[in-house]
Amino acid sequence: MHRIIPLRIGSFDLSYTNAALLMTIAVILITALTLLSTRRAALIPGRWQSIAEMSYEFVADMVESNVGREGMAYFPFIFTLFMFILFANLLGLIPYSFSVTGQIIVTFAMAAVVFTGVTIIGFVRHGLHFLRFFVPEGVPALLLVILVPIEVLSYFIRPFTLAIRLFANMLAGHTMLGIFAGFAAILGIFAIFPVAVDVLLLALELLVAVLQAYVFAILSCLYLNDAIHMH
Amino acid sequence: MDLASAKMIGAGLACIALVGAGIGIGNVFASLISSLARNPAAQGQVQPFAFLGFALAEATGLFGLAIAFLILFVF
Repeated sequence: MHRIIPLRIGSFDLSYTNAALLMTIAVILITALTLLSTRRAALIPGRWQSIAEMSYEFVADMVESNVGREGMAYFPFIFTLFMFILFANLLGLIPYSFSVTGQIIVTFAMAAVVFTGVTIIGFVRHGLHFLRFFVPEGVPALLLVILVPIEVLSYFIRPFTLAIRLFANMLAGHTMLGIFAGFAAILGIFAIFPVAVDVLLLALELLVAVLQAYVFAILSCLYLNDAIHMH
Repeated sequence: MDLASAKMIGAGLACIALVGAGIGIGNVFASLISSLARNPAAQGQVQPFAFLGFALAEATGLFGLAIAFLILFVF
């Protein structure tokens, strides 16, 4: 990571880095895709309109089947989250660019937003009754002494697993590509083999990039469902 | 044993997490294949969950990687 436009305010480093540049590109691309492709919306969609409509319907379907009708109020948030992570992941695969989602601070910020938002929604909808969430039903009182702390712990560990899952997937993929590229640099004529492995790994990373955006979005949906419907 | 070599051994031990990830991913796809062999019509309903399960199982192995990086570069 390096600074493009250095900027310091007090002790804060607010420089415009290449990470910020990649995020800006991702946001611009998403906005362009959704706005330009639907500007002259036709009944029979063209290629670009199809892409926009398919991604919309994919996320809408995911929210509706996992959270239900009430969840559609939060559809814009989930859609933004999914598209941003997807584009950040895919842009990171371009050689010499930078994987924003490979930085734990970025993924943790998103996970923390999901976690606090979901918790607030739960308390707003159910009031203090939301605390029943941590008490499983139909369990003998003696077992509750053990189960309630486990439930609380598993609730508070959610933002960390959500963040580390995305971050570790991206980091592991780029590390693997880097290691095989490193082999290629020292092998001379036999460099063709590590490069071939890199090509295959890139295909796998393409799958992982889409899959992890999907997983992040669907887990946010499941957490939202917990907050809205309890269990 | 000095700290540097202990770190290396610790990072290597963190790779044991891959055992669980391998078993988990194998289980997910084995179940997917056997359920699709019984009822191929269920593909559309079952496959998204299979990929979700794959991603979740794979992530447990990557937690091991995160621990290895923590051991090697943070402490």
